[in-house]
Amino acid sequence: MDTLVHLAGGFATAFEPLNFGLLVLGCTVGLFVGALPGLGSVNGVAILLPITFFVPPTGAIIFLAAIYYGAMFGGAISSIMLGIPGASTAVATTFDGRPMAMKGEAHRALVAAAVASFVGGTIAVILFTLFAPPLAEFALRFGPAENFALMVVAFATFVGLSGDDIPKTILSILFGLILSAVGLDIISGQPRLIFFDLPGFYKGISFIVLAIGIYGIGEILWTLDSSKGRVEIAQHKIGFRNIVQAIIELRKTWRTMGLCSLLGYFVGILPAAGATPGSLMAYGMAKSMSKNSKNYGKGEINGVVAPEAANNAASTGSMLPMLTLGIPGSPTTAILLGGMIIWGLEPGPMLFITHEGFVWGLIASLYTANLFTLLINLAFIPLFIWVLRTPFAILAPVIFVLSLVGGYAPGSSLHDVWLILIFGIAGYLLRKLNYPMAPAVLAIVLGPLAEKYFRQAMIISHGDVMTFVERPLSAVFVAMAAVLVCMPIYSALKRRRAAAG
Amino acid sequence: MRRAELFTAVVFALLSGYLMWKSAELPVGWIPDKGPAGGAFPFWLSAAMLACSAWIFVRALRGATPESRTHGPFMDGPTVKLLAMAGGSLLVALILITWLGFYVAIPFLFVFWVRLVGRRSWMTTGILAVTVPVLTFFFFEIGMRILLPKGITEPLFYPLYQTFF
Repeated sequence: MDTLVHLAGGFATAFEPLNFGLLVLGCTVGLFVGALPGLGSVNGVAILLPITFFVPPTGAIIFLAAIYYGAMFGGAISSIMLGIPGASTAVATTFDGRPMAMKGEAHRALVAAAVASFVGGTIAVILFTLFAPPLAEFALRFGPAENFALMVVAFATFVGLSGDDIPKTILSILFGLILSAVGLDIISGQPRLIFFDLPGFYKGISFIVLAIGIYGIGEILWTLDSSKGRVEIAQHKIGFRNIVQAIIELRKTWRTMGLCSLLGYFVGILPAAGATPGSLMAYGMAKSMSKNSKNYGKGEINGVVAPEAANNAASTGSMLPMLTLGIPGSPTTAILLGGMIIWGLEPGPMLFITHEGFVWGLIASLYTANLFTLLINLAFIPLFIWVLRTPFAILAPVIFVLSLVGGYAPGSSLHDVWLILIFGIAGYLLRKLNYPMAPAVLAIVLGPLAEKYFRQAMIISHGDVMTFVERPLSAVFVAMAAVLVCMPIYSALKRRRAAAG
Repeated sequence: MRRAELFTAVVFALLSGYLMWKSAELPVGWIPDKGPAGGAFPFWLSAAMLACSAWIFVRALRGATPESRTHGPFMDGPTVKLLAMAGGSLLVALILITWLGFYVAIPFLFVFWVRLVGRRSWMTTGILAVTVPVLTFFFFEIGMRILLPKGITEPLFYPLYQTFF
């Protein structure tokens, strides 16, 4: 009951003219960002975060969450029309979406993607509303030791579940943590890691600098590298009647939609997983459960529905740990979390008490964003297809300018802009060698919090490290982290034994 | 590719060593009853990073990663050219920002990419090279009150400041 009252208050916040305007703008921008090949939600949020500093935090998070959402819808558009995923979260959508478009059924695929995204998002946000308050209440019992242990779990999930090369993942985490330590020591106030005595390092390295470097500049370099060839747009005329008809046909897919939404939501909650693996898993699940699994990959509508329902559900799921525990569930939410810190909010369970309006405004806006993205998406499908033709020679300088100006604005420092260039180039080169970059972004956001919690816990326990295993909740988290780290080692050993016969 | 993989591991090892040395400017030990000293956090993380680089190096030597089994070049000729162009244009833009300001650097990026790389008409180039800086000016300087660096072109903006502030 309490939840409903809060939610009603949240809707009142979400429908305030400024917030509502930002929501619709965010959905639209998100759709474009998602639809443009090479740019996904994380790029959009990273590049546009600096421009939200002039609106109140509630409006800012509503805008960014709407971008996150819109991008999940939008990714499908280029997956279907161009055959190249608009974002990594829409990779699985190409498997069947592209063949459908080639058969002249682009409208069916686009509508299926949009409706599935809506259903996935809505199921997830309902679960979110039910889970978030109890989880936040539970998390209120956490002290610094538990909070630190929880962050260790977040890092351990990357090692255990991301599927990337393990030493490279660990190195990425460590590097992010070290970057976060630059600046003034939080307890003694002494300067540390002031490279070459440059004064710019005294205020530390903001996560925005790393995020814009990697997801703005680095992404464009990556796209330049990987898409040298031209791409062909599927030709199609889409009328109102085909859209209605396509919606009616979707009745047959409700089971896939429901199951994949649930799967996506729970995968999204895990810190390392998020929408990309969620959508791939959902595709796999739908295929293995289907009676006509042979049709998958040739233009099966369930093959479009499954990943699209899952990626939207996962994007909502990843906000649950961000809001309630202060642990982001995906790179995009890591950036949102960093934004919250800049806006002066302390992420974590206290938000539900100290900033009720902010939290419930965001939750209500997710419901609304879902609906509006669906409507905007269906209404403007032809426009999005037209925009997809934006040549890369125009897109590249636009992103460059946004990255440079956006990187300068938060700190008014050219030092940051130089760092963005360096991180962008380095990030691209490392990505080529399969170093995962998301762990570093998560680490630079969580680093200052992790160090603070660790040292607070140490001061409380008079320097006794055993506090992390003596406190029961913290011990549970430490055990979880240990299991997560051991998982890949165990499976590697098993593989080796199997290979040895 | 294999050489790049090994080389990167060595670079990370050297970087870790430098970071350890740099962190050691502050005490890196353990203060009894209080926990780690100021430099301990980055110092031990860097030490772990050094261990990690060694691990990556050994795995690469043994051919345990796909990258270390690929002997082809890290980047082929056209890619190097494309990326040198992208990196170069950004470098020039940054130097322009410092010297002549954002409002020279932005048009430069558009002329370079839209006209020289994309071979679009001067019309398209011109529209973008003019509208984007104007929008930037109104959004950041007038809307958000964030003054962007203008280098030696600063005096040209005095009349605008007088009109809008």
